[in-house]
Formats: sequence, C-alpha cells, structure tokens
Amino acid sequence: MIEKRSIIIIGAGPAGLAAAVKARKSGVDDVLLIERDNQLGGILKQCIHNGFGLHVFKEELTGPEFALRYIRKVHELGIDYKLDTMVISIDKNRNITTVGPEDGLRIYNADAIILAMGCRERPRGALRIPGTNPSGIFSAGTAQRFVNIEGMKPGKTAVILGSGDIGLIMARRMTLEGMKVKAVCEIMPHPGGLTRNIVQCLDDYDIPLKLSHTVTQIHGRKRLEGVTIAEVDESFKPKKGTEKYIKCDTLLLSVGLIPENELSEEAGVLIDPLTKGAVVNQNLETSVEGIYACGNVLHVHDLVDYVALEAERAAKSAVRRIKGKSKKKSKRLMVEAGKGIRYTVPQIIDKTDKDEKIKIYFRSSSILKSARVNAVCKDKIVYSKKFRRLVPAEMEYINIPAEDMKGRNIRIEAVAK
Amino acid sequence: MKREMVCIRCPKGCRMTVEYEGNKVLKVTGNSCSKGKAYAIDEITKPVRIVTSTIKVDGGELPVVPVKTDKAIRRNLIFDVMAEIYKAEVKAPVKEGQVILKNPAKCGADVVATLELGKVENAGNKRA
Repeated sequence: MIEKRSIIIIGAGPAGLAAAVKARKSGVDDVLLIERDNQLGGILKQCIHNGFGLHVFKEELTGPEFALRYIRKVHELGIDYKLDTMVISIDKNRNITTVGPEDGLRIYNADAIILAMGCRERPRGALRIPGTNPSGIFSAGTAQRFVNIEGMKPGKTAVILGSGDIGLIMARRMTLEGMKVKAVCEIMPHPGGLTRNIVQCLDDYDIPLKLSHTVTQIHGRKRLEGVTIAEVDESFKPKKGTEKYIKCDTLLLSVGLIPENELSEEAGVLIDPLTKGAVVNQNLETSVEGIYACGNVLHVHDLVDYVALEAERAAKSAVRRIKGKSKKKSKRLMVEAGKGIRYTVPQIIDKTDKDEKIKIYFRSSSILKSARVNAVCKDKIVYSKKFRRLVPAEMEYINIPAEDMKGRNIRIEAVAK
Repeated sequence: MKREMVCIRCPKGCRMTVEYEGNKVLKVTGNSCSKGKAYAIDEITKPVRIVTSTIKVDGGELPVVPVKTDKAIRRNLIFDVMAEIYKAEVKAPVKEGQVILKNPAKCGADVVATLELGKVENAGNKRA
C-alpha cells in the first residue's frame, strides 16, 4: 500500500527541521520528516561550540541549543517524524521507499519532496597519502563525535590536515581536552575555514597554521607514530627539501564535505559538478518537478543560520506547489559562474514575478580585497555590488531584481577594484 | 601602538585596526557595528571568550553532556575553568540551562548544560 503525504522531508538535521517547521506553520498538516539516526538534530548535536543562531535567533547559541529550539517546535506543532528510518529509494514520481525497525518496508508518495540529507566527510582514500594504514587517522567529524558525544579522546598529540571549520574547531577542542595539536596543514595558500575560527581556535592557543603545506607520508604500523609534512608549489606538488617529520599519534582530516546525493541521482535529479549538489532554480526546485533541495545536500554552507533560512525557502516553494500556486514553467534562464566565481546557487531561473528579487549565493574562486560582484546580461552590467573582501571559504549572496534581467541569461563575475 | 585584528563576534569577521596606548584604546576603525568596537576594546584590555566543553554524566543516556560558560570569561582563565570541568560529574537527568558548576575558578560565569539528557539504567556508550 502506498501512503500519501503532502510534503516529505528527508533528513532531520538543521535543514530538515527548519523546512518541516516552516511547512507545518504554512498550514500543511501532513508533513513527514524521515531521519536515519535515532534522534533529531543531525550533526548539530556534536557541534557543542558556540557561534550558531546569530542570524536566525539574534543570539549566540551552541549547536545542541540551536537544534533543541527546532526540535521543541517540531513537538509543539505535532509534526510527524520517523527515526531509525532509512530512505532506500526515491523516484521521479515522488515515490519514497523506506525501511525502519518499526514499520519494516514502506512506500510513500508525496506531492513535494524536500531533500535535506546533508553531507559526508571526504575520507583519507580520496587524498591518496602514501604510507602505512595505522589506527589514529580520523576524519575531523568522527573525532568530534568521539570527544563530544562519546566522551573519549582520540589520542595525545595530533596533526590536522586541512583547515576546514570542523578541523579548526577540533584543534581547540582537543587542546582544551589536554591534547597537543602540533600543526594544522592547509594545501591551499588560504585557509579553508572562517577567519573567526582561525583567530579563536588557532591563534588563541598558539597552534601553527601552515598554509601551502600537506602531509606527504604516514608512519607507524599499528598506531600512527608520525607524519611527514612538506611545502607545496603552485601546482600543489611537494617541494623537495621542505619535508619535516612531526611525531604524533593522531591525524585528523578536515579536507572537505561531499553532499550526499545518491538518492537524488536515483530520482533523476541533475547534479552540478561544481557544487556536487542539485541544479536548482530560484525556488530551490531541482530538475525533477516537485523535488526541492536545501542545506548541505544542495551546497556546502559555512553557517547553519543560512542552512535554516534556505530550508525555509524550500519549504515555502513546496507549500506553494501543493496549494496549486506554483507558476507554469516558461523560458528557463541560466545563471553562469563567470570570472572569479567558483559557483552559484541557483544555477537556473524559471519564470519570475514582476517584483521578485532573485537571491544568488556564490563563492569566489580566490581571495579578493575590495571587489565588485557584477551580474552581466549580454555584456551589459545589470547589477553590481561592492564587497570589502571575498574569500572562497565564506559564502556570500546578492539579490538581483528580476526585472533588471529582462528575460536574459546572466553571468556573475567578481572583479578586483 | 597599532594592532590589526579580526572581529569574532559574528561570522562576518570584520577586519579592524585598533590604535592604543598601554591599556587605553584610542581609535577603532574597520568595524561595521558597535559590537565590533566593544570586541576591539575587550581584546586590548581584557580578552574574553565563551568556553564550551563536556562534563561526565552519571547514569545518563550518553556518557557526557555538552556545557558552556553562561557568559564570556577572561581568556587567561580558560585552562583553570577547564581543570574544574574535568573533575566535575553530574547525575542524570540533565536539563538544558541547568547550572553544573557555579563560578568555577572565580571566572565570573556559571557552567551550564546545553542539551537535555535523560536517565538510563545501563548507562555506557549507548547512543541517545
């Protein structure tokens, strides 16, 4: 038997929770939230540090506190959810097959699906670091779970490869737990994480950040005994003679997140090779009608606040669809990531309202001081905004009035002044 | 004296320049709000941070509960507060906002739980 629902949300992390609350508050009373873990909240539960909620709640919260605010709303509003339940397939007709210990195998059909599955961490295998395969090598998020949820220390002395935010946060966390963090190596010439995390996680504790450095060898048989690090040249090749051995029993990898889109692809959702998330329009609808995406499964965010706001937009679009108010498809416009821009979300724009403003998120491809971000239609700049600083690690956005685009494709460019 | 700094009060991360003499701040530039100026003055006169960590739980659904100082404390007291946090233990159930340590190391803040945690019979590394 196929059970019918108006909106089904896959994943109950910050994106899924925010989408569910928004959809329910907009009057949809048969929202279903599906989560494969045994609790709501997703990764926020292990992000015990502060700095969340400044945009959404106008106060500084820790990850668990941020999650609790939404979880309480889910309960207050009586939103239906399933825990320990894995979605094993979605199709383009929006049929969802799930398995769980209580319900066994179940099939649902939804008028709208919101994808909110988040990311997973890039593993060691993706880096091809030569050397042995001892214990003591963890992804930063795994180590975070060990320390913050299971109350265990991963080791005594650590080196961190990659300067993503989770790695920086863990450098401080392990230091507070009495471990010695000897270095953070970043292969790029600029940090991967937010500047505020460089300041309060590394500088505060005198942890050296080695830019343009990578780990070139892993040593140790049973347990990690040390790593060799080296400086890299412009093409990221290790420079001869710069190798240095660092003794350590723990190596954390904070080398990026990969949106988890296996289910999306199965449903026929088109994936952007740059974001590794779905190609969406300004309403966050994917290439499959009635399937929306938001949060880290769409593109990797730096701030959970932006995840929540994006999820609310996806929910709003889904609600509009089921209330029969979504607009008919018309000429589809493309948003191109031009010079100086790594990617944009959305990548396409469907028919717009007259006074609609199109919110375009982007990342720059390099550090630019005092830059202009231009929207160009047919070699004519139709919109321009000044930025004091653009950093690839920090996502930014512009709001372009739809009428300025006059029904033409646009290219977003960043130019140094 | 002049010092360049990045404001950490919000993720915007304004780059600021602070001019100061000893403990007295003369001028702050580059900040985009009043929080930035306050941060710059604090950084020169008395740098403060919120500390987050975990505290052992007796009989809880999880072996530890996340905690934070309920206000920012002097940066030079962080490790003294952490020493108190290591020693502490709390009995389940734990409520969000529950004070677990009162004014540890005389830091001027209390350490409070940031998650609610239920009680279980066979506590161990069981997931909540």
